[in-house]
Amino acid sequence: MAIRRVCVIGAGTIGSLYAGHLAAVAEVSVLTRREEHATELNRRGLRVTGKSERHATVKASSDPDRLPEFDLGIVATKTTHLEQTAKRLRGRFPDAAMMTVQNGLGAEEVLRRHGDWKLISAVTFMSGNRHGDTEVEYELDTATWLGPYAGTETPQEVVDETCRLLLAAGLEAEAMPDLRPAQWSKLIFNAAVNGVAALTELPHVKEFAERERPTDLGHLVHGLIEEGVRVAEAVGVELHEDPWEMNVRAVARGETQRSSYAHLPSMLEDVLARRPTEVDAISGALVREGEAAGVPTPLNAAVWRLVRGRELSWARAGAPQEVVHA
Amino acid sequence: MRVCVIGCGAVGSLFAAHLGQLDELDVWAYDLDEAHVEAINRDGLRISGESELVARVRATSKAEEVPAADFGIVATKSMHTRAAIEATAGAFSDGAVASVQNGIGNEEVIAESCPRVIRGTTFPAGHLVEPGHVSQDTGGKTWLGPFESRPATMEEVTRLAELLTRSGMETLALEDARGAQWTKLIFNAATNPIGALTHLPHGVACDQPRVRELITGLADEGKAVAAELGIELDSDPDDLVDHGREVAYHHKASMLQDVLAGRRTEVSALNGGIVRFGREQDVPTPLNEAVWALVEALEHSWELRPGEEGARR
Repeated sequence: MAIRRVCVIGAGTIGSLYAGHLAAVAEVSVLTRREEHATELNRRGLRVTGKSERHATVKASSDPDRLPEFDLGIVATKTTHLEQTAKRLRGRFPDAAMMTVQNGLGAEEVLRRHGDWKLISAVTFMSGNRHGDTEVEYELDTATWLGPYAGTETPQEVVDETCRLLLAAGLEAEAMPDLRPAQWSKLIFNAAVNGVAALTELPHVKEFAERERPTDLGHLVHGLIEEGVRVAEAVGVELHEDPWEMNVRAVARGETQRSSYAHLPSMLEDVLARRPTEVDAISGALVREGEAAGVPTPLNAAVWRLVRGRELSWARAGAPQEVVHA
Repeated sequence: MRVCVIGCGAVGSLFAAHLGQLDELDVWAYDLDEAHVEAINRDGLRISGESELVARVRATSKAEEVPAADFGIVATKSMHTRAAIEATAGAFSDGAVASVQNGIGNEEVIAESCPRVIRGTTFPAGHLVEPGHVSQDTGGKTWLGPFESRPATMEEVTRLAELLTRSGMETLALEDARGAQWTKLIFNAATNPIGALTHLPHGVACDQPRVRELITGLADEGKAVAAELGIELDSDPDDLVDHGREVAYHHKASMLQDVLAGRRTEVSALNGGIVRFGREQDVPTPLNEAVWALVEALEHSWELRPGEEGARR
């Protein structure tokens, strides 16, 4: 199968990085939420700065009916917008493969409820910063890992072809026969690092990996990760990477690049901007998996509840009282 | 007879102004806030709100000016206990010193430099309106008892309790004041960090079932440590949480007020205290450890962004 036409669904930071690079090797369309975002992209194209310098021409629309046909959809919305986005795609593009790159667990199942596309699971470690609707800075050129979604008929060759396309576009990518080991490594890493960052308002700094003194923050991060590792064991996932080692490495990278001021995990960005966070799909997913497997996760549950509480603190400004479903 | 209040912030001012009502007492206050000290010496110490008083109190920011006293009442924030008592301990070489501070561990620090110590817990709270003027926001009792390892005499404890009660602050003298202190400690350690980390007022937090469960989880760990120490609590701290929801639904915990103002919190004397005693007793306290680490890291985040927090909040 040759992939010539790609649609990026959701042009936030990650979606923009895919679109901006893939336009060099494929015909790229973009589904946006806001019509003015699509108008700007059609008029000015999409500029990539930082680790790559690109200027991409894309066909953008906020209306799925006005999108051209495509072979591969990359679903790059936040988990908080996924359900709504999947509904808009319902019944459309039946021959396309859809790749989910969301944080946490469960994105594939959300899509599955709305169409029987061939599904590719992916996690990405790229990061960047959006500078307006038509410019994105490529910050960390780390890989996207992808594999067929377990339990669907997605042939490995579709995954391999997608991987080749990402590499040809100048992105880092690795295809795997089963993505769950990688997905769970990232899930456990994100549950610990994003949750702690959101609550402490600390970027991902060296303190996340410090465990010398009894009060060091690394103990909590390590405790959160250990719970996740035990859940992974109980559900039979052999982790691709040790999430604690991922934490130690990421912190070292932040240190060398930006002295003490490292990467802002997305959940902290959400808290600072008072947006709904992805905590339900990350910490919440880990807690639910733990409950189903009979593995207690009190620390991850505490982080989940605290972040949900924090979301409520700004949601209730003037609004009637809501109930946290966490 | 002379009493000196060490740390004359909101709570210290409530004690100093009430005691200042008694003619037989010479009341002094030691505080580093020079504007507050100056206003007290010029206009007297004024309390409004739950009580309305103006008291004549001698205030100073200079430790060497604090005269020898029969009683000391330490009311600083817990992280300032050591500096404050080390500076003023000379005044209490023949007196008894009570802590009325938040958290656990203050009496231990005071006992390093003072011979006779009183374990205390107080519920009245307030806030500084302006230099020389404190608003009393809540009433409530105070409990005093001899500090076990360097005790004041029961006669001293009773005398101080009687003075406070007569001045308008109802105070009970107990042989063992640990139950009252741990009841308040566990209540504060279960509710304050929840407010600080979620920014939710007390009642709103209580109305979220999963958040409420977390409060219970924190309180259960504290109760287990108290039980291991052989301390009989005055009441179930978890019931106090529900009571607080009834009487102070919109109250923002003092730790949340500290966080919003970018001030250091007392988390180390609250959750940190429970964790330290838990370790000594081999009682696991993972949730208290977690919130302690989170709040301390939140304070640390302000150091990494000097000057930014005010603009952002």
